[in-house]
Amino acid sequence: MPSLKDLKNRIASVKATQKITKAMKMVAAAKLRRAQEAAEAARPYSQRMAAVLANIAQAVGADDGAPALMTGTGKDDTHLLVVCTAERGLCGGFNSQIARHARDHVRKLIAAGKTVKIICVGKKGFDILRREYASLIIDRVDLREVKKIGFQNADQIGHKVIALFEKGEFDVCTLFYSEFKSVIAQIPTAQQLIPASAGPVAVEASDASAVYEYEPDAGAILSDLIPRNISVQIFRALLENVAGEMGAKMSAMDNATRNAGDMINKLTLNYNRQRQAQITKELIEIISGAEAL
Amino acid sequence: MVMANSFSFELVSPERLLLSEQVTEVVIPATEGEMTVMANHAPTMTTVKPGVVTVKTADGKTERFAVFGGFADILPTGCTLLAESAVHVDELDRTALDKRIEAVRAELDGAGDEKKTRAEQFIAELTKLGEVVIPA
Repeated sequence: MPSLKDLKNRIASVKATQKITKAMKMVAAAKLRRAQEAAEAARPYSQRMAAVLANIAQAVGADDGAPALMTGTGKDDTHLLVVCTAERGLCGGFNSQIARHARDHVRKLIAAGKTVKIICVGKKGFDILRREYASLIIDRVDLREVKKIGFQNADQIGHKVIALFEKGEFDVCTLFYSEFKSVIAQIPTAQQLIPASAGPVAVEASDASAVYEYEPDAGAILSDLIPRNISVQIFRALLENVAGEMGAKMSAMDNATRNAGDMINKLTLNYNRQRQAQITKELIEIISGAEAL
Repeated sequence: MVMANSFSFELVSPERLLLSEQVTEVVIPATEGEMTVMANHAPTMTTVKPGVVTVKTADGKTERFAVFGGFADILPTGCTLLAESAVHVDELDRTALDKRIEAVRAELDGAGDEKKTRAEQFIAELTKLGEVVIPA
């Protein structure tokens, strides 16, 4: 049975923890808003990019001059997985969900006899995947120093991936990240980067019918466009991840705050009960002492 | 007198939508030379080199943006410029530009020949841009 003093200390410490989790929740909420704004601001670019890409791919597809980044190498022996996770923990199952999704994918590929290579973006994913697949991880990108993710960060990763592709290090590249559905729902997603999938964007009829003039020519534009598109996709994934991380952190910290509240209630009840018991005991001692006289 | 026809113009960078407005005239620094886009332009797609985009809005104002590469999608009814990175000329400052040039220079070491010429061209364009936009 803990003494009164122990209980008092315990309550004080849980209260302090609750204050911290409450503050973290509020910080996460503020950051979430900013992250959502950033994700929203980036949307027009990626949408237009996808539309233009679909359009131009149609034009080029006909004369077979599409670059390798688009058509792939024709094999699918070596897979590169780019796994994007957060840099920090304390956000519920966010990181482990992405890592698990990637791990399932790796298992499937290895079972099918493919070679797998992994690039980790973010510390947490690296920590988790390192346990099982340390030998497969060829690179990791640290974004901990980055306060606000800019296009440059994504561009650097994109360049890395493209350089590896040009060296013939892999055939298929898949990007893992968490899609931000809402504050409470983040869905781990896999998206194929190379060969570039045409994407779910349907070209509007009016655009498709326009006969474009290309300057310099369609092939040249396409080979300029696709690397850029890869960077844009990575950028989008990173932004979604930040929003998702903050959402997950917010609900995790909310839970923690509530748990701390429950715990304080229970401890306070216990504390009061013991205090009452002690008072009663002292009274009995005094009374029985008086009676004995 | 015939009023100049206006069309919608959008300048988008990966980070945000910079401008979306009705305009009468846009000058784009395309890779094959500067081009002026007006309403009812033939559908064209072109890559853009670093330079200044001059926009004349429908209400007669002129705005200038520095863009760092990208491409433009031109339709008779509108024009979209997808810039790798873009800033309003007023917000551009020399140190930021120098930093960018420095970054490209750093990349030059160990790059292949073709990449090297492209990067060198890029630096030259940036330097020129700096001279045009910011009086030394």
